[in-house]
Amino acid sequence: MKLTINKIALALSAFAVLASTSVFGVSYAAGAKSEYKMEHVHWHFNGPRGSYDRAAVQRGYQVYREICSACHALDYLSFRHLGDKGGPYYDKAYKNPNDNPYVKAFAADWTIKDIDSETGDVIERPGTPADKFPSIFDNDAAARASNGGALPPDLSVIVAARGGGADYVYNLLTAYGLDAPKDLKLTGGLYYNPVMEGGAIAMAPPLADELIEYAPIEVNDHGTIKTIPAPVATVEQMAKDVTEFLAWSADPKMEQRKSLGFATMIYLLILSVLLYFSYKAVWRDVEH
Amino acid sequence: MAGHPSTYEPQYAATRWLDQRLPVIRMGADFMTFPSPRNLNYWWTFGGILSLCLVSQIITGIILAMHYVPHVDMAFDSVQRIRRDVPFGWLLQPMHAVGASMFFLAVYVHMFRGLYYGSYKAPRELLWILGCVIYLVMMATAFLGYTLPWGQMSFWGATVITGFFGAVPVVGESLQQWLLGGYSVDNATLNRFFALHYLLPFVIAGVVGLHIWALHHVGQNNPIGVTPKTKTDTLAFHPFYTVKDAFALCIFLLIFAYFIFYQPDALGHSDNYIPADPLKTPAHIVPEWYFLPFYAILRAVPDKLAGILLMFAAIVVLFVLPWLDTSKVRSMRFRPVARPFFFVFIFFCFILGWCGAGNPDDVAVPIGKGLTFKVLSQISTAYYFAYFLIILPILGMTEKAKERPVSITKSVLGDHAAAPAE
Ligand code: HEC
Ligand code: HEM
Repeated sequence: MKLTINKIALALSAFAVLASTSVFGVSYAAGAKSEYKMEHVHWHFNGPRGSYDRAAVQRGYQVYREICSACHALDYLSFRHLGDKGGPYYDKAYKNPNDNPYVKAFAADWTIKDIDSETGDVIERPGTPADKFPSIFDNDAAARASNGGALPPDLSVIVAARGGGADYVYNLLTAYGLDAPKDLKLTGGLYYNPVMEGGAIAMAPPLADELIEYAPIEVNDHGTIKTIPAPVATVEQMAKDVTEFLAWSADPKMEQRKSLGFATMIYLLILSVLLYFSYKAVWRDVEH
Repeated sequence: MAGHPSTYEPQYAATRWLDQRLPVIRMGADFMTFPSPRNLNYWWTFGGILSLCLVSQIITGIILAMHYVPHVDMAFDSVQRIRRDVPFGWLLQPMHAVGASMFFLAVYVHMFRGLYYGSYKAPRELLWILGCVIYLVMMATAFLGYTLPWGQMSFWGATVITGFFGAVPVVGESLQQWLLGGYSVDNATLNRFFALHYLLPFVIAGVVGLHIWALHHVGQNNPIGVTPKTKTDTLAFHPFYTVKDAFALCIFLLIFAYFIFYQPDALGHSDNYIPADPLKTPAHIVPEWYFLPFYAILRAVPDKLAGILLMFAAIVVLFVLPWLDTSKVRSMRFRPVARPFFFVFIFFCFILGWCGAGNPDDVAVPIGKGLTFKVLSQISTAYYFAYFLIILPILGMTEKAKERPVSITKSVLGDHAAAPAE
């Protein structure tokens, strides 16, 4: 009898553990009443050994540069980060990303506001790898004024800053054009997007099929140069690519972290086994 | 243990000289030969694990502080800089952030161990109370630390928690302003929070020193709660428990490493990747997981002040627990009635955590008209207090305990108790 009470209590505790850990299961807001089902993408960077798909990150940068950068900044990125280890344009030949020709070219493609040290005048000059990605608007008020009162958020950590992570951003970009529920009032300048909390977003659909044209990408695969043909720039393709880029931008050290993690886990595993046998050896003659 | 004779013999002239003036080597040696009950199980390895957590938090924290900027305009950026540009910052930052969660995980196991095996009973009341002091300071440290990255949850969490002080009658408002250094959470708040977050871990370290001193004075409790009497009841700390602790520690580190390397953000909240914005309240303000049970207690009652008092009372009862539990029997193993009540207590602690994460008005369990999180947390809060204030005091007087072994040796060896053990 007492035993069964204990068993019930134990079972209850076990249930409670499960229930409270389910809190950590991601639950993100897909506009409360909508039917929209989040699509789970098999990202190249998922899983303990996953890495970024270099070609996708490179294409994603192109999408960002040609489309999103009209409104969104990358506050925590510098151009040199593109050429860092783990970054989309990393090249073993240029350990210092400031020397990387791709990085230099991308930086020079942007205009940076600066002060002329001789005259003190505000000048504009081409970017260098050491520069941060510039802000797009002079200030938040200007950003709002150009976007119907809404502020386009910084995108450099956006994948980390939304509950669903990369899936959230991908779905947000592809879930336009559905029929809004009847009880949702969309005032001027708002679009229906079931992924957005509340269902209404102030960003016009940023992507449309073949809005840009992808170029083939050359990647250095262990010494041999491989050419990856350019895919057709469908909405899904661009959304995937830009999300891959933004995922890298939110967690640029992921590959380094995972590879050190792998070594650490193996090391700790071996150490645990050794310590277990040491423990058995030390306690061999001691009953306890 | 009191009366544990020192067996240390200085071997060299220099160590003899030192020993007569400052016997630190003797202290270390006595630590190693400290007699520990031979029947300690793995629940007793968490004190050592906690010590490592504390050291790890202090080391990673000091390095982070070298790069962190405590200013409302730069704090968030400086954390991003640490993760992107500071050498090994990408490792240290998650080590510290995940480390806080692991620290709490270990401390909760450590405390439940104490509750189950009656480690708070005489003569360990002060040892337990010192532990409660550590826990309190740990909570303060964790709260202060969580504000530093200056994300949305940092800011709004700090606003909500400091708001509690505003609910104190009469002096509330001035108390709150005094704490914040202004009318709202701002730069002055961030600066003082950083100063205190740097200070408190050393306070914890000091109290841990007292905690371990007390432990070595009264000796360790053990799974059967029977005080060691003879030499065969105990083993030297080294090598028996150093090796056992090391093994357990290594397993703990495996879990720790898994989170650092593969799930560094799983225990945090994504909103904290949004820079603090005093004009935009997040949809749900939730504390870190280790505060959820207390958050649930806070929200279980409609009145703000009552909620706060209840939340503090939930910790205060731990301090007076040694005098609430009237039973002389330490270990739950021999308390057939109290034991199931204990498991139900754990059950409700988890339920409280679940309620803390939920929306009070949402339905938690779909029975009847639907049990809301609010009602569920009221039930759980009631049980939480009843366990300490009603169940334990009454059971101590009415319960008939099972027969306990005469000694640790007898409980381990059964009838072969006469055989000498190494
Ligand atoms: C014409 C300007 C404009 C362009 C171009 C644009 N956005 Fe936006 N974006 C906005 C605005 C404005 C918001 C804020 C919406 C709101 O708060 O309702 C926004 C919001 C977002 C959000 C955050 C949604 C949330 O959960 O809060 C993401 C993610 C995003 N944009 C991604 C992108 C990507 C990726 C691109 C490029 C493919 C892009 N945007 C192009 C204006 C733009
Ligand atoms: C920084 C946090 C802490 C550290 C480093 C720490 C360290 C230790 C160590 C090393 C031991 C001996 C080994 C063991 O029994 O596990 C111990 C025992 C103990 N601790 Fe802690 N502790 C901490 C927090 C706490 C807290 C929060 C409590 C309770 C509220 C507590 C209560 C106890 C008790 C009662 C014992 C004696 C256990 C027994 O012998 O049965 N400790 N502690």
